[in-house]
Amino acid sequence: MRKLLKYLKHYKIESVLAPFFKLLEAGFELIVPLIVAAIIDDGITGGRGAGYVVWMCVALVALGVVGLACSVTAQYFAAKSAVGFAKELRSDLFAKMQSLTYSQIDGIGTSRMITRMTSDVNQIQSGVNLVLRLFMRSPFIVFGAMIMAFTISATAGGIFAATIAVLCIAVFGIMLVTIPLYRRSQSDLDKVTAATRQTLVGVRVLRAFCKEDEEIAEFNKKNDGLCASQKFAGLISALMNPLTYAIVNAGTIALIYSGALQVDGGIITQGEVIALYNYMAQILVELIKLANLIITVTKSFACATRVSEVFALPREMVADGICTKKDGAPFIKFSNVSACYSGGANALTDISFTAERGQTIGVIGGTGSGKSTLVNLIPHFYKAKSGTVEIDGINVNAAGDKRLRGLCGIVPQRAVLFSGSIRENIQWGNGEASDEEILRAVECACASEVVRSKDGGLDAYVEQGGKNFSGGQRQRLTIARALVKRPQILILDDSASALDYATDARLRANLRNLDYSPTVFIVSQRTSSIRGADKILVLDEGRLVGCGTHEELLKNCGLYREIHYSQYEKKEGACQ
Amino acid sequence: MKALSKRDVYKRIFKQLAPYRAQVAATIMLALVTVAGNLWVPIIFGDVIDLVISPGNVNFSAMTEKFWLLGGVIGATCAAQWLMNVINNKITYEVVRDIRAAAFAHIQVLPLNYIDSHSYGDVVSRNIADVDQFADGLLMGFTQLFTGVLTIIGTLVLMLAINWIIALIVFFITPLSLFVARFIAKRTYSLFIDASRLRGEQTAFVEEMIDNLKVVQAFNREELNGQKFDEINQRLTKTSLKSIFYSSLTNPCTRFVNSIVYAAVALSGALTLIFPSVLPVAFSVGRLTTLLSYSNQYTKPFNEISGVVTELQNAVACAGRIFELIDEPAQQPDAKDALELESAKGDVAFEGVTFSYDPQKPLIRDLNIRAKAGQRVAIVGPTGCGKTTLINLLMRFYDPQSGSISVDGRDTRSVTRRSLRKNYGMVLQDTWLKSGTVRENIIMGAPDATDEQVVAAAKAAHAHGFIMQMEHGYDTVIGEDGGSLSQGQKQLLCITRIMLCLPPMLILDEATSSIDTRTEMRIQNAFARLMEGRTSFIVAHRLSTIKEADIILVMKDGNIIEQGTHVQLLEKRGFYFNLYNSQFAR
Repeated sequence: MRKLLKYLKHYKIESVLAPFFKLLEAGFELIVPLIVAAIIDDGITGGRGAGYVVWMCVALVALGVVGLACSVTAQYFAAKSAVGFAKELRSDLFAKMQSLTYSQIDGIGTSRMITRMTSDVNQIQSGVNLVLRLFMRSPFIVFGAMIMAFTISATAGGIFAATIAVLCIAVFGIMLVTIPLYRRSQSDLDKVTAATRQTLVGVRVLRAFCKEDEEIAEFNKKNDGLCASQKFAGLISALMNPLTYAIVNAGTIALIYSGALQVDGGIITQGEVIALYNYMAQILVELIKLANLIITVTKSFACATRVSEVFALPREMVADGICTKKDGAPFIKFSNVSACYSGGANALTDISFTAERGQTIGVIGGTGSGKSTLVNLIPHFYKAKSGTVEIDGINVNAAGDKRLRGLCGIVPQRAVLFSGSIRENIQWGNGEASDEEILRAVECACASEVVRSKDGGLDAYVEQGGKNFSGGQRQRLTIARALVKRPQILILDDSASALDYATDARLRANLRNLDYSPTVFIVSQRTSSIRGADKILVLDEGRLVGCGTHEELLKNCGLYREIHYSQYEKKEGACQ
Repeated sequence: MKALSKRDVYKRIFKQLAPYRAQVAATIMLALVTVAGNLWVPIIFGDVIDLVISPGNVNFSAMTEKFWLLGGVIGATCAAQWLMNVINNKITYEVVRDIRAAAFAHIQVLPLNYIDSHSYGDVVSRNIADVDQFADGLLMGFTQLFTGVLTIIGTLVLMLAINWIIALIVFFITPLSLFVARFIAKRTYSLFIDASRLRGEQTAFVEEMIDNLKVVQAFNREELNGQKFDEINQRLTKTSLKSIFYSSLTNPCTRFVNSIVYAAVALSGALTLIFPSVLPVAFSVGRLTTLLSYSNQYTKPFNEISGVVTELQNAVACAGRIFELIDEPAQQPDAKDALELESAKGDVAFEGVTFSYDPQKPLIRDLNIRAKAGQRVAIVGPTGCGKTTLINLLMRFYDPQSGSISVDGRDTRSVTRRSLRKNYGMVLQDTWLKSGTVRENIIMGAPDATDEQVVAAAKAAHAHGFIMQMEHGYDTVIGEDGGSLSQGQKQLLCITRIMLCLPPMLILDEATSSIDTRTEMRIQNAFARLMEGRTSFIVAHRLSTIKEADIILVMKDGNIIEQGTHVQLLEKRGFYFNLYNSQFAR
């Protein structure tokens, strides 16, 4: 939390002025009971007359006006600092998130990052706003009222102190008990939510297995549990109002009784007793406000801690790098590379190979064999645990991430498009690309019919995630997006899986004929997609078990043969 | 989905409350006691103050009597208030429980069409967030609206009784605070709308970019995105500053009106006391104190009520949304004379079936298929050709608009859905597991299976190996939708499920798409044994896996354009021939 305070630094003056004006307002409020006492003692009992009373009432209104002015000023400064704080926090947080590496992103998970960015920041913003407005005011009124009571009479002050202490114990005691209870009923609610979601997502399977009645029974159990825990929490929190009411009134009785004794003895006046009575009424309201404020602030603190965790992630991106090529070095070279998942198990073990400019490299293997990890090491999305990955003889760890990614055209496994036009999407690859260049890339990616089929062609609107395109259409557009970059290294990470065989074949032919002849990495589960490659890497549980052309591997790599013949019968595979 | 009118919603809410009649009556009584107590206490305090006049002029014995009375009233008020709160909680949470249970039970009989065409998030938020919002509104309505109205009326009556002139003054100035609050709310409403729209825009952008951060980085878009973000952020900041500031004016402004009321009461009260002859009203300093504390109390419920009214409107809107869900027509129930389909032989026939999801877009027209018992039927074709639709029709997730589907010569609409579905074993491409243990998931179709049978089925599906590697083997708890299992492992568990319950007919929709080809080859044998003697419908991309089918249906745009065996279809040199050969194009 303390680290986040720096976002208030542009609003230093505002964040001091806001509570200051709040204090002024509270101060004026504390004068009101004194004026009422004066009206009664001097105006009515003391006989100073109607003129005096009128003036005192004018003073009451004047106090109200000044209080209003102070309070409005305070609200403005508080809002300004809270909103400004949130703005700078969000901006920095977004920048921080964009600078995280793939493994850091995997570690946090995107849905959590989105929550940090949205609801957490909003919660912190209202926390800051409330603190600036109330955190000084409420205690000030409570203790101010007590001090005012002391100025009237020490005994009265003592009664105030005791009442405040008992109230605090009651209010915070109830909070302390109910907060964990409410947390529990929240987690019961989460269970009910999950059950509702589950029955919808799994509707086909549940109905296929005729599980409707069991689902209802299970849901009712959770639903009843939720109801019970809510009622139990309610039982205790329902004590708050009656209990505080009783305490304040008991305090008032004590106050008036001791006041009566002192009036009888001529120490204080009737008006002053009334003033004490009025002060007592003020503290209850403020104490309840304070309790609510503390709940909000606790929530904000929890959010702030979560946001701080994101900021605390180390900076792992490489900003600038060396760009002096080593002559004679192979274009891409893996030497004894091992890499691991965030869990710690090895994803790749001891991989070595080289790739030259213009070559096509196929990568094949079962699910979880490390294919994606291997290609993701080239643009330094993940870091090798040991061994080196070099491009033009420069270790990718030192090459500068931006420059590296400029070299590579990447088509990820999950084909995502962004909201905007098709043109805007493809221009992600190259912001300056002309329509002609875009269309050429589209053509090469076999996506011309996709563009043609949509109203408006390149201007056709793409919904978030590309929902209005089929999986195959999205894949082809993401390929076009990578091609428009004219990358030196093109990485297709199982990105033709939704294409039919004919389109897949046409795509590969087009890639071979690119005039700038990039080095192409094709990751695939199908041997048909990679059989034409200059070099095929066969992976099995993270180890390189075969490396060579299709024909060589058929001869000397058992796993490759097995994969191939599981997709094609022997005879047909051989007739080529 | 038709929207309910507000009246209907109120009626439904009252219907939901009907079983709690006694509690509602009790809470109303208790509210009356609470309010009466709350109003009486300041009067007694006023009496007490009138006993404390000046040195030597204090009536202690009368005062003690009043204190006993006060103690009794305060005690009774507290008890009534606590009981009222407890009963309100009970009514609210139990009504909410009833509604949720009704909604959940209704989801079970909703037609698939509804579930497919509404996002899960929408339905979940109706049953969770909307119901919660409704509960808040209901609770506030019970606790604050009712007592608030009572307090206002009670205060007014008592003030009139004490001093009608001052009462009238209060009565005419107080609405000012309502007016001010209304004025501010109106002005800020459009600002709030703007702010929430901008927040929505920002959230959408953040979601999109953070969700695909890897692509963003791959294309070096960080800077451009940062600029776009800051631009939205800037606009949001401006609007939310305004909306937060203006809305936070309500409290100071109403407080100001309060202080005017307070001053007016003090002034008129004091003047009445100074010139007692002008106004023939019995009045005292104690009464003035009572009125001053009333004037503080009196304006509070007004502010609360305006908050409660907004909350209630919101709650009614939310209740409307949840009642809409509950009122959504259920699927056509099984015919009254529907029979139980015992273990079917497996003759399946489609006769003149016409079906579409959207009447505007015809999909399947006059479809005829005949599968004899024990046959393997493979369905191939490009995406969107209607393969999955066939499965929806077989399982009666959807019913055809015309034509009929029969099993063993019996129209499937004449048998119960349950018994029909029990005859099918289904493995879908979208694997789904429920949260629970591995075993619970496997025995879904055969709850009475022994451990040995479970293990045998898992071994046949090649799932035993990875299950044993998990921390608690078959008792490992897997989270919602499979949790940490890989897609392939989930698929193996779904296959195990079928291997265990061995239904007479099978539906395999890309059942092995996520399993790597080597494992797939190994479970192929088990599958082959499973399919023996069972009518099977198989959808697959990999042509090699369907070559052995007895009939291959080639579908395109909802129609079967070719059918026959692999050899026959190749000889035809048609669509299937091209599809098959494209595998080998270089």
